Amino acid sequence: MKDEPAKEASDVRPARLSAEQIAANFSDMHPPLTPSEAIIDADRCYFCYDAPCTRACPTGIDIPGFIQKIRSGNLKGSAHTILSENIMGGMCARVCPTEVLCEEACVRNTHEDRPVRIGLLQRYATDAVFEARTPLFARAAATGKRIAIVGGGPAGLSCAHRLAMLGHDAVVFEPKAKLGGLNEYGIAAYKTPDDFAGREVEFILGIGGIEVRNGVALGRDVTLKTLRSEYDAVFLGFGLAGVNGLGLADEKLEGVVDAVDYIAQLRQAPDKSRLPVGRRVIVIGGGMTAIDIAVQSRALGADEVTIVYRRGQEQMNASRYEQEFAQTRGVNVRTWSAPRKLSGAGGRVRAVEFEHTRLSADGKLTGTGQTYALEADVVFKAIGQNVLWERLADTAEIVALSKERIAVDAERKTSLAGVWAGGDCVAGGDDLTVSAVQDGKVAALSIDRFLKGGA
Amino acid sequence: MADLKTTFLGITSPNPFWLASAPPTDKAYNVNRAFEAGWGGVVWKTLGEDPPIVNVNGPRYGAIHSNDRRVIGFNNIELITDRPLATNLAEIRQVKRDWPDRALIVSVMLPMNEQSWAKYVPMIEDTGADGLELNFGCPHGMSERGMGSAVGQVPEYIQQAAAWCKKYARVPVIVKLTPNITNILPAAKAAQDGGADAVSLINTLNSIMRVDYDALTIYPATDGKGSHGGYCGPAVKPIALHMVAEIARHRETAKLPISGIGGITDWRDAVDFLALGASTVQVCTAAMVYGFKIIDDLVDGLNTYLDSKGFASVSQLVRKAVPSVTDWQYLNLNHVDKAWIDQDLCIKCGRCYIACEDTSHQAITATVNGARHFEVIDAECVGCNLCVSVCPVEKCITMRPMTGGVDPRTGRAITREKADWTTHPNNPGRRAT
Repeated sequence: MKDEPAKEASDVRPARLSAEQIAANFSDMHPPLTPSEAIIDADRCYFCYDAPCTRACPTGIDIPGFIQKIRSGNLKGSAHTILSENIMGGMCARVCPTEVLCEEACVRNTHEDRPVRIGLLQRYATDAVFEARTPLFARAAATGKRIAIVGGGPAGLSCAHRLAMLGHDAVVFEPKAKLGGLNEYGIAAYKTPDDFAGREVEFILGIGGIEVRNGVALGRDVTLKTLRSEYDAVFLGFGLAGVNGLGLADEKLEGVVDAVDYIAQLRQAPDKSRLPVGRRVIVIGGGMTAIDIAVQSRALGADEVTIVYRRGQEQMNASRYEQEFAQTRGVNVRTWSAPRKLSGAGGRVRAVEFEHTRLSADGKLTGTGQTYALEADVVFKAIGQNVLWERLADTAEIVALSKERIAVDAERKTSLAGVWAGGDCVAGGDDLTVSAVQDGKVAALSIDRFLKGGA
Repeated sequence: MADLKTTFLGITSPNPFWLASAPPTDKAYNVNRAFEAGWGGVVWKTLGEDPPIVNVNGPRYGAIHSNDRRVIGFNNIELITDRPLATNLAEIRQVKRDWPDRALIVSVMLPMNEQSWAKYVPMIEDTGADGLELNFGCPHGMSERGMGSAVGQVPEYIQQAAAWCKKYARVPVIVKLTPNITNILPAAKAAQDGGADAVSLINTLNSIMRVDYDALTIYPATDGKGSHGGYCGPAVKPIALHMVAEIARHRETAKLPISGIGGITDWRDAVDFLALGASTVQVCTAAMVYGFKIIDDLVDGLNTYLDSKGFASVSQLVRKAVPSVTDWQYLNLNHVDKAWIDQDLCIKCGRCYIACEDTSHQAITATVNGARHFEVIDAECVGCNLCVSVCPVEKCITMRPMTGGVDPRTGRAITREKADWTTHPNNPGRRAT
């Protein structure tokens, strides 16, 4: 292909599809199970000993236990089994990559190559509780201890809820207007329709003892030093607020957009048909954000959506299932191509030049020298996020890091006394909601032991 | 293909599968449909005296389901036919005329007085029916009126009523026995002594299905109250097989022909009954749950099975397993089985492990060299068959007899010599060897 400036005019506009079509495209990705389906699938569970699914669950939910309770008609008990290990069991039922976690471990795969639909069963059990607003957890006697939670995403809320259960008071500091973190601003809309993220937050706060301070950012409005002196413990769960750049010139061209920003805008849009959408969309990256922005661009009416990744499909962070899902939604995937140049006209991006890549003999990614250009009305950057270090700029003591993230031990303790951390901002994680929830839970239990003088 | 044609008390049917006396055989309409579907015979729903009885206008049936809503246990409180006797007799006459090659037996339930038998037996026989089956089994409703299981629970009554019936009947008489007793043999013996030509068993078991969890009443209920009903379906088959085998293996009753009943759903269930001593089998629940079409699998499956075993007819299968049924005291205590898990079939659910670990002999590993791996520990395995029973994969765990060497559990050498409890040193009443 030749690297020529595009001749067509840039085409970015809202309402590429009718409002009805857009609504249909953003409806539930996996519709919930009917009672009959749930009973039939629950019956397929073998109630394994030391269940492999439970072992594969980052939060260790007693999966055969909750399924048995679905079978016996005890949905409230089933939801309690789920949520007592994972307070965001409702969201995780929607967004967990179950195909590489519990459902991959299901012994039914060996028996008949079809696992029990654990994710959908988990949703079945928890939906009933959210619909009826059934309170499931009570607080222990008040301890008088107060813990600062920095960040109101899955890790922070999980930590706050567990601390509240244990009788402590939690104060959540969240820079954004709403709690929920990526559940509210990041996850693809078709995975969590009907404001489930908001309803889940409401359920979590319903236990009491959790004070929320929105619009407060660490490092801007409050310092870690202050928090450490004013609170009995601090939990850092502020996620990855920084976005990686491509490292190319002209990244400021109009139409070159951070995928996470656009997704946040999409998630908050009261009317999705008013969002501007490009006709030809290029997504650079290979993770879940790339998949989400690509599929949602298609759902909003983009004609051509192409994910371009610098390595092969095997190396993409998005699971094979998610990749195939995107492909069935009409997304093209091009691999072994690295972006080399953005070109524009009139201040707007018009094309991206890519260089073919390969692995050299020593295993390093190298360009082949061959290039090609793809025309684009919009280019989404989805090549990862990073910790916004300004958050910790005013800290007198420096928290130890590992691989550009906060280092924690098995109890999610940081190098600073009285400071725990979890979620995407810590090292060694897998950037999943379920793992963030586990971090928050483990940290809360550790904080509890610490406050009671045991650790 | 094997010949499924069956002769029972001189009554022939193209196959050994009869529909039991029950709701499916209450009317010509249903019976005609059954014969069209291929059923070999029918036992017409129990006739009684005029005026006919009445049934409740609420639920007659209740079920126990597996979680995928398969019916595994079923109960009913329906009484005998509630249609006028003349209507039934006219229909029986016509059906027999239309289906001369099928067995048509009429079930009958009468009070304990000779006049009733003298009056009704000839009327029923006059229809041309091939035989009579005496309902001494229904445990609900009629038993409160001194009939059904109220007769079947007292051997003297069985003998008396059978004798009355035989006195006025020319066609063969089958006595249908109730399982609501502690020992089936006196009842079977009484039927034989009363002159009955055969027995059929089992009728249904006394049962209450469950409570209504909201109302906290018996379920099902009619206007808030319910009564015990007769229990049947796959869940009762083992009870029926035991009773059939008892009659078949005991000297005094061994020659009494048996029509086997109780939970037969597919051809394998029929093989159970036939091999343990029945010559024909009767089916009700499976037909009520799935319709008459199940006869296709029953006939075809039995045929294929007979061929695979080299049997030319059903009669060659009958009683084949009877010699293998014995008393516990005669079981060979020198025989040693060990469970064996086929690792290629194992799906690693661990149910064998937890069942053995929690409730039996701690004879299965959960991990080997740190990896999830379920394997029998021969030094602990007593060969109890629990793991085989709970394994969700068919034939994954099997019992293997030790044929030589030393049993690692007991340290005793395996011997071919048989030794049972009757001569065991721990038996205070042992016989000298």
